[in-house]
Amino acid sequence: MNHRQDEVELLRLKNIYKSFGEVKVLRDIDFHVGKNEIVGLVGDNGAGKSTLIKIITGVHLPTAGDIYYKGERITIHSVKRSRELGIETVYQERALADQQSMWRNLFAGREVVDALGFLKVKEEMAQTERLLREQMGYTSEAVTVESDVKYLSGGEKQGIAISRALFFNADLIILDEPTTGLSLSETQKVLDMVTTIKRMGKSAIFISHNIYYVYPVVDRFVILDRGKIAGDILKKDITQEDLVSRMLHLAKTGTLT
Amino acid sequence: MKKRDYRLMLKGLKLEISIFIVFIIVYGVFLIGNPRVFTNYDIYYSFMSTIPFTGILALAMTFVVILGEIDLSFPSVLAFCGWIFGTVFVISKNIWLAALCCFSTGIAAGFLNSLLIVKIGIPSIVATIGTQFFFRGLVNVVAQGNGIALVDAKTTIFYNLCVGRIGDEVPAQAVWFLVLGIGFWLLLKRHKFGSHVLFVGDNKDSARMMGINNDMIKTVVFVLMGVITAFVSILSNLEVTYFYPNQGQGYLLTTLAAVFIGGTSVFGGMGSMFGTFIGALIIGSLEAGIIALGMSGFWIQLIYGAIIMVSVTIYAVMQPKKG
Repeated sequence: MNHRQDEVELLRLKNIYKSFGEVKVLRDIDFHVGKNEIVGLVGDNGAGKSTLIKIITGVHLPTAGDIYYKGERITIHSVKRSRELGIETVYQERALADQQSMWRNLFAGREVVDALGFLKVKEEMAQTERLLREQMGYTSEAVTVESDVKYLSGGEKQGIAISRALFFNADLIILDEPTTGLSLSETQKVLDMVTTIKRMGKSAIFISHNIYYVYPVVDRFVILDRGKIAGDILKKDITQEDLVSRMLHLAKTGTLT
Repeated sequence: MKKRDYRLMLKGLKLEISIFIVFIIVYGVFLIGNPRVFTNYDIYYSFMSTIPFTGILALAMTFVVILGEIDLSFPSVLAFCGWIFGTVFVISKNIWLAALCCFSTGIAAGFLNSLLIVKIGIPSIVATIGTQFFFRGLVNVVAQGNGIALVDAKTTIFYNLCVGRIGDEVPAQAVWFLVLGIGFWLLLKRHKFGSHVLFVGDNKDSARMMGINNDMIKTVVFVLMGVITAFVSILSNLEVTYFYPNQGQGYLLTTLAAVFIGGTSVFGGMGSMFGTFIGALIIGSLEAGIIALGMSGFWIQLIYGAIIMVSVTIYAVMQPKKG
C-alpha cells in the first residue's frame, strides 16, 4: 500500500479468513472502502455478506488477516470499539426502539447528561427538532420529537437511524438490507438518504440482493460468492443489465465471465 | 401552535390521565357511599401507614416490568431480610448495624436473581419462582416459625426516621413513599439509567447496537429491587415492632396489580411511575373502602379483579397494536 492510497482509503481488509469450526465462511477476502465512497456489497444468501459485516462491526474476530482503518492497522474486538472508530450499522428491525420517542431514540446510548447523569431533555429535544426539520426535511407537524417511533413507516425509521449515524459523525455507515419489506416509495426515501451520506462526504457499505435498488446510488460493486470476492467493479464500467446478467451467470456457473 | 402543544402533551399523558380518572371514580364512590368515614382524617392516616409497603415495592417492580421481566421472589426475600434485621438487632442492640446487614442481604438476593436470569439465562418468571421458594424456605429453617420482638427499637432515631409519626399525624413511611415516588419518576423519565431501562425493555438488539450494556442494566434493576425489598422489610417490621416469619405473603399480587393497573406494559419498554403510585393508592384503599361502604369482606377480591380488568382493558384499547 503506498502513501497515496492511505489518503483515499477509509477501510481495508487484507487476506481475511473466517471459519466457524470446520466451516470456512470467508476465504482470502480483500475488501476496501474509499473515503466518500458508497460500496454495494451484493451476493446470494450464504455468500458471507453478513459474516464480513460482522467482522467490520466487531461482532466476530477474523480467523486470519489484517484490518486497516484510516491507514492504521487495528483490531475491532467489540461493537463498542467499531462505534468509537466511527462505524455505524443500520439494520432494518434493530434500528430503533418502537415505544420510545424520537428524541430518546436519537440519543440512545449517547445521552446528553449533567454530572449526575440526568438527561438534558431540552437540549436533546432541540437537537432532534433541528435534525428532523433541517437534515431530514420533515415539515409535517404530525411528526414531532415527542412522537413514538412506532407511528413512523419503515422507511422513515431507516431515515432516522441513518440521520442518527450522520449526526454522531459516523465515517462509515453500514446499511444491512435496509430496504427489505419496504414499499417502492419507502425504498426511495432510504435511497435518498444514501445519497445524503454521499453528499455529506461520508462512506457507506450498502448490502442488498436487489441490484435494481443498489445500482443508482453506489459507486462500486463488490460481489461476494461462496465466501470469496467474485468481482470488484466500478459502476462506470458496467451497466445495470450487464451486472444482472453476470450475477445470474455467476449463480449458475460460479464464475463471473 | 401553543394549543397544539397542549394537546400533544395530553396525548403523551393519556395513560396517567386514565389511571387518575379511575382513582377519582373509586374515591368518588367511597365519598358518596360513606361520607362520614371518607371526610375524616383517620381513614387517610390509616392508608398512609399501610399503603407505602406495597407502594414502595411496586415502584421498584415497575423497573423490573419495564425490562419485560418479573420478580416473584420479593415477598420471601422481604421475610428473610426482616429476619436478618431482627436477629442482628436483638444480638447487637445496634439498629444501624441491623439495617446495614438487612440491606446487604437484599443486595445479595438481587445478585442471586440476576445471576440466574442474566448470567445463566433462566427466564425471570422461572428463576424467581425458584428463589421465592428458596428464601421462604430459608426463613422457615432459620426462624423455626418464631417471631422476633423489636419493641426496643422504638426508642431509636432510626425508628422515627422510618415509621415515626411526623407531628403525631403523618406516618414517616408515607413521606418515604412520596419521596421515592418522585425519585423513581425522575430516575425513569429524566435519567440516563431510566432511558437505558426503557431501551433494553423495548428492543434489546437495538439497545445493544447503541452501546447499552443489557446485562448490566438488568443486574442493576434486580439489585435495586433487592435493596428496596430490604428497605420495605425494615419499614414493615418497625411498623409493628415485630418480625413474623410469614411476612410478605399477600404482597405479591397486590404489588403486581398496582404496577399493572398503573399502565406499565408486561411486554416491556414502557411504564409509568405515576401510574404505579396511583395504582398502589387504589389497590391499598379498596379493602377499607369496601368495608366502609357497608359491603361484606367477601366482595373485596371480586372488586379488585373488576378494577384490574377494567384498567388493563383501557390500556390495551389505547395502545395501538404493533404492525
